[in-house]
Amino acid sequence: MVQQKTKKGAVTAFAAAAVFLGFIILLENLSLLLPSVPNVLLPTSQLFSVLKKAAVYSLAAVSMNLLNGFTGLFSLGQAGFMLLGAYTYAILSVPVADREAVYYLYGGSAVNFSFQDMFGALFGSEGAGGALSMTLGVLVALILAGCVAAVFAYLIGLPVLRLKSDYLAIATLGFAEIIKAVFQWQALGPVTNGANMIKSFPTFSSFNVTGEGGKVVLRLSTFFPFLISMICITMICLLINSTYGRAFKAIREDETAAEAMGINLAKHKMLSFCTSAFFAGISGALFAMFVTNAQARVFTTTMTYEILLIVVIGGIGSISGSIIATFLYVACSEWWLRFLDNEVVLSSGMKLPFLRSGFRMVVFSVVVMIVVLFFRKGIMGDRELPDLFKKRAGKEAAGK
Amino acid sequence: MSNILKVENATMQFGGVVAVDNLNLEVNEGEIVALIGPNGAGKTTAFNVVTGVYQPTNGCVWFQEKKIIENHPQGRMNQQYKGQHAGEYTQILAPTPDTITTLGMARTFQNIRLWKSQSVFENVLIAKHCRAHSNFLSAAFRMNRKEEAQQREHVAQLLETVGLSDVKDELATSLPYGKQRRLEIARALATEPKLLLLDEPAAGMNPQETNELTAFISEIRSKLGLTVFLIEHHMDLVMDISDRIYVLDFGKLIAEGTPAEIQNNQRVIDAYLGVAEDA
Repeated sequence: MVQQKTKKGAVTAFAAAAVFLGFIILLENLSLLLPSVPNVLLPTSQLFSVLKKAAVYSLAAVSMNLLNGFTGLFSLGQAGFMLLGAYTYAILSVPVADREAVYYLYGGSAVNFSFQDMFGALFGSEGAGGALSMTLGVLVALILAGCVAAVFAYLIGLPVLRLKSDYLAIATLGFAEIIKAVFQWQALGPVTNGANMIKSFPTFSSFNVTGEGGKVVLRLSTFFPFLISMICITMICLLINSTYGRAFKAIREDETAAEAMGINLAKHKMLSFCTSAFFAGISGALFAMFVTNAQARVFTTTMTYEILLIVVIGGIGSISGSIIATFLYVACSEWWLRFLDNEVVLSSGMKLPFLRSGFRMVVFSVVVMIVVLFFRKGIMGDRELPDLFKKRAGKEAAGK
Repeated sequence: MSNILKVENATMQFGGVVAVDNLNLEVNEGEIVALIGPNGAGKTTAFNVVTGVYQPTNGCVWFQEKKIIENHPQGRMNQQYKGQHAGEYTQILAPTPDTITTLGMARTFQNIRLWKSQSVFENVLIAKHCRAHSNFLSAAFRMNRKEEAQQREHVAQLLETVGLSDVKDELATSLPYGKQRRLEIARALATEPKLLLLDEPAAGMNPQETNELTAFISEIRSKLGLTVFLIEHHMDLVMDISDRIYVLDFGKLIAEGTPAEIQNNQRVIDAYLGVAEDA
């Protein structure tokens, strides 16, 4: 009976995910289907940029939550792992033909192959074959981006995971800064392009299907990050609800008891650390696709804090909380508060006070402070979205 | 009867304090053995040495005829211990507590250490993790359905045995004190031990709860074929259920024997009640 129940749950979840992804595709293609749509739905609208960024950030936030919220290891290396992922993806994905132009300062790249070209040799590089080889190339590079981040996490984890709480945070923070500096090092130029950006690799808009004369017939540029993030977050969910995920929670709640009950602390902390880094790497690669370039300079400590803030606002130990918080956070910081940056001159010639460039961030900070004050445990606490419905249903049943 | 646990010349020194001094004891298979002593006698330290939480300064521990812990003054701890048996041990064996648990020795804690935000069922289920054979990926991608179902069934049975199945979905911390103790024992049992170490299982219990616990310990011993080694202050409980008793005072073993022998041992009475100055 339990088997049936889980099967039914899985089918419902799959159906919901499919409907949601279908909705995303529909949303971004409305401007192609209908002759006139509100400005918000045009492909250039802030809406899609926010959706894409939030999809990328939600994966980063959930992967950070896996480590900080579920295993109780306070790590601040997120930006470092994202950087590793972004660079791995970028280096492995720039088409060979474009390498000369991208690495012009170093007279070409030391890495002279790309997955896209390798698959291109198999399936052809034009038309449907080209699309297939591009997609496969991107997917393989994404997985490798995660793997490289996980390998680095393993190496750094060996010494660092012996530390506890604040010390671990400082050590991982230092690691992220070192990685950032190393990737800007001139001597590594032929690989990392020094302090310059790597670009010309496939981005989200490469997934738009074009017809005759380069005209877009089907937009998939928002769909792609949603799809990848959803797959990855589902995997994290599955992990958290497995026997290993339960062991992680035991470590979070009482290390001594966990160890006494036969949970190998070193092994499980390392597993959690590497898994978190793996998904952080993928989200870093997606971030590079989002901003269409890979540049060490943008993976700052501020970025880690931004993601940490999202995790805290969403609720430490709640996956759905992290996702909801990401969308609210990104929408607030990038879109909804934009109007505060524009000067408004009233008809009487009076300027409205405060409204000028930069005021947005002031208001945004106040909003964040208010949210943190009123939701001490984040929006969701450590509950998940389905729990809320369950509780409500339970209450109604009790009321009757 | 073969011994399941043997502690040889174990000494645990913290700087100048010798918490456990040259402890020798044996626990035979199927027995209930108690370790008693006044406050600060080193009972919990002895437990921590046996379960691998502390690395002893000197001495070794045998479990099921296998040496599992060994250290000496020149070993990793590098303490200044110069006791009588200081030169006898040469190897270092220092497994972590989780390794010892997987060998088949499970413990409870003096101050209850349940996983607070987890339900009763989950608390026991998590303890089953160390007996899971599925690896990380197969667990994450649900290739271990059979094992998982088996584990859940075991846990349900175990909760039935310890009488907690009616509260299995409640939060562990919302249980009354006596049941939390019971849950801690259930959690230790979930790791499928052969030897169960109970650190003051009756601490803070009223007489009625203590009586229930006494019956409970005997019951699980006979049902699951366990050996029990316990620390306890409630003399009623100790005298009732233990086959043999060891008495510690200031880290030193001062007596061992059956409950009747211990009750009439002058040194034990002195240790508990104190000796008059002029005596």
